[in-house]
Amino acid sequence: MGTEHYELSHMAVLEAEAIQIFREVASELERPVLLFSGGKDSIVMVRLAEKAFWPGPLPFPLMHVDTGHNFPEVVELRDGLVAELGVRLIVASVQESIDAGRVKEETGPRASRNRLQTTALLDALKEHGFDAAFGGARRDEERARAKERIFSFRDDLGGWDPKNQRPELWSLYNGRIRRGESVRVFPLSNWTELDVWQYIAREQLALPSIYFAHRRDVFRRDGMLYATSPFVELMPGEEPFEATVRYRTVGDMSCTGGVESTAATIEEVVAEIAATRITERGETRADDRATEAAMEDRKREGYF
Amino acid sequence: MTRADVDGWLGPKTGGLGAPAAGSDLLRLATAGSVDDGKSTLIGRLLYDSKQLPDDLLKQITETSRRRGDEYVDLALLTDGLRAEREQGITIDVAYRYFHTPRRKFIIADTPGHVQYTRNMVTGTSTADLSLILIDARNGIVEQSKRHAFISSLLGVPHVVVCVNKMDLVDWDESVFDAICDGFRSFAAKLEIQDLVFIPVCALLGDNVVERSESMPWYEGVSLLYHLEHVHIASDRNLIDVRFPVQWVVRPMSHEHHDYRGYAGQVAGGVLRPGDEVTVLPSGRRSRIAGIDSYDGALDAAFPPMSVTVRLEDDLDVSRGDMICRPANQPAIAREIDATVCWMAEAPLTAGQTYLLKQTTRSVTAVVERLHYRIDMRTLHRDEGAPELGLNEIGRVTLRTSTPLLVDDYRRNRSTGSLILIDPATNETVGGGVLLHAAVPGADPPVVRNVTWHEGRVSRARRWAALGQHGATIWLTGLSGSGKSTIATAVEERLLGAGRFTYVLDGDNLRHGLNRDLGFDDRSRTENVRRAGEVARLLADAGALVLVGLISPIAADRELVRRMHADSDLDFLEVHVETSLEACERRDPKGLYAKARRGEIPSFTGVSAPYEVPSQPDLRLSGEQAIPDAVDALMALLVERGLVTVE
Ligand SMILES: Nc1nc2c(ncn2[C@@H]2O[C@H](COP(=O)(O)OP(=O)(O)O)[C@@H](O)[C@H]2O)c(=O)[nH]1
Repeated sequence: MGTEHYELSHMAVLEAEAIQIFREVASELERPVLLFSGGKDSIVMVRLAEKAFWPGPLPFPLMHVDTGHNFPEVVELRDGLVAELGVRLIVASVQESIDAGRVKEETGPRASRNRLQTTALLDALKEHGFDAAFGGARRDEERARAKERIFSFRDDLGGWDPKNQRPELWSLYNGRIRRGESVRVFPLSNWTELDVWQYIAREQLALPSIYFAHRRDVFRRDGMLYATSPFVELMPGEEPFEATVRYRTVGDMSCTGGVESTAATIEEVVAEIAATRITERGETRADDRATEAAMEDRKREGYF
Repeated sequence: MTRADVDGWLGPKTGGLGAPAAGSDLLRLATAGSVDDGKSTLIGRLLYDSKQLPDDLLKQITETSRRRGDEYVDLALLTDGLRAEREQGITIDVAYRYFHTPRRKFIIADTPGHVQYTRNMVTGTSTADLSLILIDARNGIVEQSKRHAFISSLLGVPHVVVCVNKMDLVDWDESVFDAICDGFRSFAAKLEIQDLVFIPVCALLGDNVVERSESMPWYEGVSLLYHLEHVHIASDRNLIDVRFPVQWVVRPMSHEHHDYRGYAGQVAGGVLRPGDEVTVLPSGRRSRIAGIDSYDGALDAAFPPMSVTVRLEDDLDVSRGDMICRPANQPAIAREIDATVCWMAEAPLTAGQTYLLKQTTRSVTAVVERLHYRIDMRTLHRDEGAPELGLNEIGRVTLRTSTPLLVDDYRRNRSTGSLILIDPATNETVGGGVLLHAAVPGADPPVVRNVTWHEGRVSRARRWAALGQHGATIWLTGLSGSGKSTIATAVEERLLGAGRFTYVLDGDNLRHGLNRDLGFDDRSRTENVRRAGEVARLLADAGALVLVGLISPIAADRELVRRMHADSDLDFLEVHVETSLEACERRDPKGLYAKARRGEIPSFTGVSAPYEVPSQPDLRLSGEQAIPDAVDALMALLVERGLVTVE
């Protein structure tokens, strides 16, 4: 009875922890939903959820908060995955929130629909009566997230109060809420970007092609390479050019920057990330760079 | 300082470390320290020196440091999160940090130290494999150090590392370090800390954080990172008692899996295998494991912390909250339980109140029957008259539940021995508790009641004076065949020759008499060590220099003996007789290794059962050297400790 073959790799431990969280939410909350952006984290989440309930079906639908400014490759993958799994997909549209006058579109070259997502998200949660929303956020992404619980309690306006978080001991999660309140649940809390990529490699998950090196028209802003698209206005002096890039996150096209890279396969990306020395958000998300406390502010308002 | 100084201050930084290897494991550590002990700086150092600080973050904190006019890059800025905290300049909630080396991935739960954040510390420590306690060398042990040690002990953290920081400010003085270690050890002796290690560091400059310090040549131990990478955690899990709390029932009812019924959950203890006979609690119905399923295929074993799905051969009615275990090894089924609770809410806990209680996958209603006492974490004094437990206070309670719980003693199993309390009115988590002395029938020794210690009329001092010596226990631990008995007997010779009163307790001999009712399973081994320890304590109290030769493979068992000696104010010297497994096997004086290799002896230390190497023994003695040299080394230790005078 040597102990050696009862050891688990860190990857296996993280997977087991995430599966436990999915099952706990499905057991204790009435109407969960999995927020699905089509990005790598949410693709990993879907695989974990499949594992948690296999051979049964996912006991909750997916929901995409659609800014309308998507990379077409991402939407393609989303629709393929949904068809393959036979799950229900709900699309919460920022465009509809704008059309309904619930939010006002930002204007100018730095306009982004990122902030507007919050309203579309909260409206959709309410409309469908969801009391738990799985998100793919990780604590290594950003400093405000580093303190957030795995079960993150939200008041009836979807707001997060960092000073008043429920203690979270062992793996005994408290999912008790009152009507109108909800929890955001983050099964990947303890994963790092590298873990996510190692898992993608281990599971050979299909990702949108924009995660891998490809040629495209870009322009440089604040040291990042943005895709030219109908959704962004160029500022004086910004000249589009062609470059070989890949994306580390896929968000709204207007605020997601790419990095120059030649990594064309999962394995090459893993190697590149392992050697990399810049955080994912610092490198590619303009929305977080605006102020040091940007994320914390948005989370208080009900962001993921 | 100039800009250039700040920029160059940290020294060169080379490329990233690469990915953790496929076989690397995961270590969760919790840090605690008083404000300004240098905890944030230390974590920053670990990240920086292990080359994991992303460039953009480094740039951000360098800029902030420069803006504030700091003399150096304040690594502490890395681990401080929310805005309110930035303003106050302190950490106020648990923040999680991640880093890895090729050997391991680490999760740091960075917790605040102040008493008003005890609940955050408890939160961060609940899942930790290791607690890292920081002490400022200039201030020595302060109230908070004791609280951190207490909480680590209460929450059963298997490994504790005390970093004595700011050694630069005490001139790298060994005696300052030693005094702090001694002070901490004597406090810790009253707690249950299985593995305690001390490291002198300078977080600011990086000494002994990742690289060994050149300023402290007297320190012979390893650096903090080395220790974190190598500390053995795989055997901290309970692989003995099968515990599988059912979390979710999988019933696809699809065409393909029409009759499928599986029980999904995370293994909380033991090893499950297909074919195993099992009992489902609370019903007590028996069945066998038909299969262990996962998305990736059928498994031939499941153990903690795997999340799997178990199918049974019989069609039993099993639902969430039930527990699968082995017929001969079951948790207690209890409606009345004793727990030590940390209170986390403004409104106090008092007897008579009702809460929701969650334990494994069961949620029940619980009434506080009795508050026994509140513990003063600084003095460990029990205040039995306490009327309530306020925010951040810890005390012992009896709870009565609406339906039975399936529980184990927390010491035995951190998953089945832990619980949270929820206020039904606010839905807030108001308390966390660890279960004590859950009566596992026939397993735990009965708690002694109405028996008080009889103080003899002759005091120990008079007895020892008459003998002209002090009693003490010298505990030799090591593999079978490492040379414990040979060395013990040779030392006995030497001591008798010098006119000392001494006695050898030999593990094998004890098993012929006192311990002949014991086997070699974990519990019996623990009991074997405990009894040997008790006998040694009595003999030492009588005044003997007791030499114990016992494999005693489990660090926690040895720690228990150390503690029982400390409680009686007796010296206890742990001597690790270090002989390689190969050498022991070559010697094999009793032919046991050969048998064990043939599979004739189950769980034989070194072959099929673990030996936990003492992390900080009083002496490491090579069992491969000439016996007289080993005896000399041990005699030198006894002289050094004042137990024998120089011959
Ligand atoms: N001289 C010296 N100063 C240190 C050392 N470690 C930390 N400090 C300083 O002590 C202060 C408090 O450190 P910090 O890491 O913020 O403490 P925390 O409150 O425990 O997180 C800072 O000014 C650090 O630069 C050390 O090893 N030597």
